[in-house]
Amino acid sequence: MSRIQTLLVSLVCLGLPLAAWAQSGKIKIGEYASLTGKEAAFGQSSHKGTVLAIEEINAAGGVLGRQLELVSEDNQSKPGESATIATKLITREKVVALLGEVASSRSIEAAIVAQKYRIPLISPSSTNPKVTEIGNYIFRVCFIDPFQGTALAKFASSHLKARRVAIVTSVSSAYSVGLAKFFREQFVADGGQVVLEQKYSEGDKDFKAQLTAIKAAAPDAIFVPGYYTEAALMCKQARDLGLKQPLFGGDGWEAPELITIGGKAVEGCYYSTHYSPEIPTEAVKTFVKRFKDRWNGETPDAMAALGYDSALVLVDAIRRAGSTEADKIRSALATTKDLEGVTGRTTIDAQRNASKPAVVVEVRNGEFRFVQSVAP
Amino acid sequence: MSEFLQQLLNGISLGAIYALIALGYTMVYGVLRFINFAHSDVFMVGAFVGYYLGRLLPEHTVLGGITVLVGAMIACALLGMTIERLAYRPLRGAPTLNVLITAIGVSLLLEYTGQLVFGATPRTFPAIFPVAQFEVGGLVISSNQLMVIGVSLVLMVVLQLIVFRTRIGTAMRAVSLNPNAARLVGVNNDVVISFTFGLGSALAAAGGILYAINYPSIDPLMGVMPGLKAFVAAILGGIGNIPGAALGGLLLGTVETFVSGSQFSTYKDAIAFGILIIILLFRPAGLLGKFTVEKV
Repeated sequence: MSRIQTLLVSLVCLGLPLAAWAQSGKIKIGEYASLTGKEAAFGQSSHKGTVLAIEEINAAGGVLGRQLELVSEDNQSKPGESATIATKLITREKVVALLGEVASSRSIEAAIVAQKYRIPLISPSSTNPKVTEIGNYIFRVCFIDPFQGTALAKFASSHLKARRVAIVTSVSSAYSVGLAKFFREQFVADGGQVVLEQKYSEGDKDFKAQLTAIKAAAPDAIFVPGYYTEAALMCKQARDLGLKQPLFGGDGWEAPELITIGGKAVEGCYYSTHYSPEIPTEAVKTFVKRFKDRWNGETPDAMAALGYDSALVLVDAIRRAGSTEADKIRSALATTKDLEGVTGRTTIDAQRNASKPAVVVEVRNGEFRFVQSVAP
Repeated sequence: MSEFLQQLLNGISLGAIYALIALGYTMVYGVLRFINFAHSDVFMVGAFVGYYLGRLLPEHTVLGGITVLVGAMIACALLGMTIERLAYRPLRGAPTLNVLITAIGVSLLLEYTGQLVFGATPRTFPAIFPVAQFEVGGLVISSNQLMVIGVSLVLMVVLQLIVFRTRIGTAMRAVSLNPNAARLVGVNNDVVISFTFGLGSALAAAGGILYAINYPSIDPLMGVMPGLKAFVAAILGGIGNIPGAALGGLLLGTVETFVSGSQFSTYKDAIAFGILIIILLFRPAGLLGKFTVEKV
């Protein structure tokens, strides 16, 4: 045996037990997120919130006397990638639980895999009801679209004084279709009228045709339950066509890109979301300060706050379970009650959803300003 | 009525962009008899060159806008010629299928190099030209729409002049008609083909800039859908035929817009491609294409 071979063998002999020790030392948590691509702003925000929470917990001594390790993977905002990543995180990285996704369509993909392997999954901010309906291992820490749709319908009638509304839905997004449905039900029940419904597909950039048809229908306001890239382009094209009505949407609008792409066109537009950094509570103030210190002065948005809370809820469950076994964590998650977080108290109900207040935000002078809070 | 006119205007401005891209497909097909699938990615590179140039120059100026447009066109002309020199010329004389597969390879190379270099996150395209809106009897016309139509028209006229009124244009038509005969009468085929690629790529870059001005969110995969539509437009008009490509682009853009504005908006691509199938059933060579019998 040559000297180099001896060296290699001894290194391997030394290294193996070290690796084994490291594995039992750290608790691995998997995260799948849209870190690049069309909804990168969501993935990045959520990821930064989660990282902050994990770092704070580790600094405070970790959980069950062990440190946490976050394994993050990017799905490029593409359909199909999340399922692959979830499988990889579960089977190769052996994570104890999965955190992830803002977009409901992609959370559903990963949830199917997580349910199959019986690994708990917490979605920080997917609001479509179908996500947690996948199975008993799937949880979320935000409100769901039936509530958001209702809140938006009430806001449109009371605050915008709209009687006639046009809706533009993205047919290829579970989130968009669901939110449009729940909005319509409440708005019509309150005596409003949906004058026109137009559709588009994810990735479309030209909405002039739909908007021209809407212009002819002359609604009081235009509801756009979609994501920020499309919403911003739509606002811009609506103003180009001379439409002066306010456009409004759900939490899918929440990203700084709404303003960088939309510019002046998004002024006076509204959306509902989970939290605002302007909420005057102690929890929000400390969170905003810590987030800014960690991420170069960036102000945390709702996705960041929910990403943070999702990690808190998971760690709380691991602590109460006293174990990292998947089914024990699952049972502990299901009994989460009044856990204090940035976006309010989290209580997981029988459908594994959280019920939390919604916040309505307006774009004014190139900034997101808090308008009102809607209790569940 | 004003809704109809507005939709027509929307359709024509969308169709004009398809037409610009379709011209590149059709010209390359004319001289080399193969579909250059990398063309739609040259369109994307054009938009990105415009993005970086536009950030250096002041926004909302005519001069700055034209500089960006011309700069991107030159950069993409060079890119197109480089692609032809490195990827396609070594395959001259090889079966068309080999060249076609190489084209798909070049296309993927550009897309994923783009993701590596520019990043997959969409960028916001700067407003390089001044923006204004005019109202004419309920019809709202934005300066961007006018510019798309205007720039496309000018470029198409220039192209027509190059092809029919210049020596290089005559040489292009000669190569298209019969490459061997052209070589026998002293045409340098390599120069002509290289020029064709440069010209087509410059038009794609112009299309990229105009597209980005109207839809100011650009990413490395932005060329895929418009590229596919333009390819269909080129076939619709009769592949190899320059006015045909322009006509095909305008027709496709208009049909797509009218379907989008109706209750069947979800089916817009299905209806647009359905029309293509119907037209090809009745006119297999496209609207303006001539059906030639292969002689043995």
